Amino acid sequence: MIFYTQRAIKDILDNRFLNVVTIITIALSVLIVSAFGLFFLNAQDMFNAWKKGVRIMVYLAPGTSEAQRLDTRYRLQTIAGIQSIRFISKDDALELMKDRMQRQTSLLDNLRENPLPDAYEVTLVTESNSPEKIEFLAQRIEGLPSVSEVEYGQQWIDRFANFFNLFKLVGYGMGAMFFMATVFIAANTIRLVLYSRREEIHIMRLVGATDNFIRFPFYLEGLIQGLSGGLIGLGMLFTAFSAIGSQFEQTLSAEMVAVRFFSMGTCTAILCGGMVTGLLGCFFSLKQFVKE
Amino acid sequence: MTSMAETSAVIRMFHVHKRYGAKQALVDATLDIAKNEFLFISGPSGAGKSTLLKLLYLAEPVSEGQILVDGMNLSRIPRSRIPMLRRKFGIIFQDYKLIPTRTVYENVALVLEVQGKKRSLIEKKVKSVLRVVGMEDRQTAYPPSLSGGEQQRVAVARAVAGDPKIILADEPTGSLDEDSAAIIFQLLNMFFNRGATVVVATHDKALIESATGRVLQIRQGRLETPPDI
Repeated sequence: MIFYTQRAIKDILDNRFLNVVTIITIALSVLIVSAFGLFFLNAQDMFNAWKKGVRIMVYLAPGTSEAQRLDTRYRLQTIAGIQSIRFISKDDALELMKDRMQRQTSLLDNLRENPLPDAYEVTLVTESNSPEKIEFLAQRIEGLPSVSEVEYGQQWIDRFANFFNLFKLVGYGMGAMFFMATVFIAANTIRLVLYSRREEIHIMRLVGATDNFIRFPFYLEGLIQGLSGGLIGLGMLFTAFSAIGSQFEQTLSAEMVAVRFFSMGTCTAILCGGMVTGLLGCFFSLKQFVKE
Repeated sequence: MTSMAETSAVIRMFHVHKRYGAKQALVDATLDIAKNEFLFISGPSGAGKSTLLKLLYLAEPVSEGQILVDGMNLSRIPRSRIPMLRRKFGIIFQDYKLIPTRTVYENVALVLEVQGKKRSLIEKKVKSVLRVVGMEDRQTAYPPSLSGGEQQRVAVARAVAGDPKIILADEPTGSLDEDSAAIIFQLLNMFFNRGATVVVATHDKALIESATGRVLQIRQGRLETPPDI
């Protein structure tokens, strides 16, 4: 094994240019495909977080008395699918708005009266997250006394979900194409190396080398190329992630969402994927060449 | 009853034909080569000398007939066993066939590496054979920096490093000057005296005349001399 590894490393060094081309190709493919994957991973996290906190705002009619408000709350509590109910008074709502619109507080300070209504913020259970169930609940709540308006921003989540799924599909397709292209390039590189060493391989056969003796160092070369490319690609992605992620950290933490890099398990799987790419490239080239 | 010749034959050819398209390179060749025999195969260029040797180590398949090498029937040998067949031979070529990107040491060591020998054994053996051929001081040199005679000596070292039973030499002195040719021939004789069977394909009459060994004439693909030992 040590012998084959030494041979593989020597061969890589003897054909530096060709091998560097393959390694860079694998690195770029890993970078692009992993970048997509990382985006999906974090977008999915964000999406799941938003979906968990699905809320319906129930705005009460102006002039609703305390008793009517409590009655509405009681009716809300009897509806199945509701996890929690939080009362936001008009004064609290105005304060919240002032917090979010810090640059426009002067506008809000000059208001003669508070135009915002009292409201209930209704959080749904996870099982009620589907668009149909949310629609149904909203209609039921709208029919309750003292309720002037029901608002739920879930339509955009549905559209986003459809877009996201389509984007994921495109991502898989592109990932598959990148994989095939990289295997093809790796195979061609090995083919060029084999061609340049055909005389040597012929001599090796004449002195009694088996097909496996000839093939094995090339397989190791493919693995080394794939591993190197994978490490470089992941390294580049991590560097970019660290640089760009820190820029958006503040914004995202306000939304209580944290971006994350791949887990160790996923990174290992990506590196294995790189190695498989290099190995497959060798396999296809050698299969034909050694028989010839 | 099996004859003395049959029991001591390490190579046996029975009515072997070799065709390249319409061209008959070897015609009805029947031949026995004994263990520890020194055999010259002589004839003009294109007579079929190299073809005959190539059939022995299956560089070319036989068109018709049978060849037995050390008991192995070449017509029935599976592809995976061909390397095992070739390890029975030490082959010396007219154009040396050394790997130019490997050192003298590495070229000779290759024969033992393919056999899966240990590092320590390889080192010992390679140095020993290089000493015998007089190339011990050039271990780290690359073939392109060597003269023709030196390259052929390295090729001889590679051929014998694996202790083969049979040494095949296809025009081993064809590209060499007289002095270098003499050295090569001395080396072949040495290994013959150590028990190897040596088969030399050559048109060098001076070489043949200076040696004692059976001479087989081949002309236009036909063996002209009685083939039996």
